[in-house]
Amino acid sequence: MALYFKYLLILFKSQMQYRTSFWLLTTGQFFIPFSVFAGLYFLFARFGHLQGWTFFEAALCFGIVHMAFSLSECFARGFDAFSSLVAGGDFDRLLVRPRSTVVQVLGSKFEFTRFGRILQSAIVLSWSINNLPIEWSAVKVITLILMVVGGVLIFTGIYMLNAALCFWTIQGLEVANIFTDGGREMAQYPLNIYQKWVTVFFTFIIPFGFISYLPLLYILGKSEGNELLYMMMPLASVVFLIPCLLIWQIGVRHYRSTGS
Amino acid sequence: MNAYISVSKLRFITGLQYRAAALAGMATQLFFGLIFIMVYVAFYSHSSTTPPISLEDLVSYIWLQQIFLGFIALWFRDHDIFQLITSGNIAYELCRPCDIYKFWYAKLLATRVSSVVLRCLPIILIVFVLPEPYRLGMPPSVITLLLFVVTLLLGLLVIVSISMVIYISVFWTMSPTGSILMIAVAGEFLAGMIIPVPLMPLWLQKIVYVLPFRWTVDFPFRVYSGDIPSAEALWGIFVQLLWLGVLIGLGRWLLRRALQQVVVQGG
Repeated sequence: MALYFKYLLILFKSQMQYRTSFWLLTTGQFFIPFSVFAGLYFLFARFGHLQGWTFFEAALCFGIVHMAFSLSECFARGFDAFSSLVAGGDFDRLLVRPRSTVVQVLGSKFEFTRFGRILQSAIVLSWSINNLPIEWSAVKVITLILMVVGGVLIFTGIYMLNAALCFWTIQGLEVANIFTDGGREMAQYPLNIYQKWVTVFFTFIIPFGFISYLPLLYILGKSEGNELLYMMMPLASVVFLIPCLLIWQIGVRHYRSTGS
Repeated sequence: MNAYISVSKLRFITGLQYRAAALAGMATQLFFGLIFIMVYVAFYSHSSTTPPISLEDLVSYIWLQQIFLGFIALWFRDHDIFQLITSGNIAYELCRPCDIYKFWYAKLLATRVSSVVLRCLPIILIVFVLPEPYRLGMPPSVITLLLFVVTLLLGLLVIVSISMVIYISVFWTMSPTGSILMIAVAGEFLAGMIIPVPLMPLWLQKIVYVLPFRWTVDFPFRVYSGDIPSAEALWGIFVQLLWLGVLIGLGRWLLRRALQQVVVQGG
């Protein structure tokens, strides 16, 4: 873990060398989800509500999912950009070092310009929380934090799966975009507005439902049942992460250098 | 002219090589289309007022957007040109015995066309047989279909001219990513890529209608479904031609200015 922070610090310093470019990109990254959010705002301004969900409730959902997405893009970028490591043969170097490959790949790249996105999500989050009549309790705060953390774990898991795929295909395949970008686009609205098959897939196969929709019901006071159960729901993401890690380990064993 | 055609051809063939990427892209576009439609269906199902665009028109708008993504996305990078400018290889380009504006224009055009040609047919086949309300409807008449094809192609030319202006601006900024990212995000929003223009508030629509971006996305797609009647579409074609002339003129003028003071980077 100490090693991870060391990587973090070094890469942060190196990216700060290009200061203007850094700030421009960060601002640009701020505006990408901003335009999507503006779209959401205008749709609610036009239609009033979405199957019983008000604007601020949907905004809370949007904020949580985007926060998780941007955090994972910032800190788990190494897996996202993994295909270049394999194609270039640089993965060999990581294998001979006496540290776990997961930490090293995680540490191979950070995208600090995603701070722009994180900031945007934070603004949406606090704006919606301020405008929602939620009775806050310790359990709810923990739930909210777990939702974001769980989201980060799910996105990281998907990156990891996609990276593991590179061991067989060498080239990065963009199929994973359906689950990362697509998952983000989909989970930013409450899940119950979709068709059954989408909801089921994204709750039980890729557990976005457990980090956004279901605990959200609890935070907004729309749910019945055990509080603690709802609080623990985001932990389903850990269950998702375990097979991802296993597949990664199998992939590492399968690895054959490209030799270049 | 022949030189430009062969550049396009080369580009086109290169683009066709990335079949696995195209397959992945098609799956993604289908998925995104379905998700967007589901969101709108949910919005429409409990709407108390009649929305300014019908659900069927909106569905065809979304599918056309996904099918012709390569034609309309402003954020369609061509790393080659960026690198030419920032690495100094622009010097070689200047030695070529052909007009650099036309040369790049042909390149950009061919990249977009090949990306769409490779992807559009399978998606079209699938979306025509999807169950209601997800199915893509046919245009109301043959004339609308013809008008759609004309407006779409003109829109493509407009978008390439816009991106040419953006590329040429790299001569001054030298750092392509940041500034272009912002222009692209704003441009795509104003084109109606995030939400369709009729669903925007009125004050924003007023801004959208005086800018060139909507002529590349919003206009052709609404012509297809008949949301914009044929007479108005003919008038729109005239406006598209006007914008095309302005943008190409601007691009050529900027390029001439840039080349007069070009500093070749590095060695």
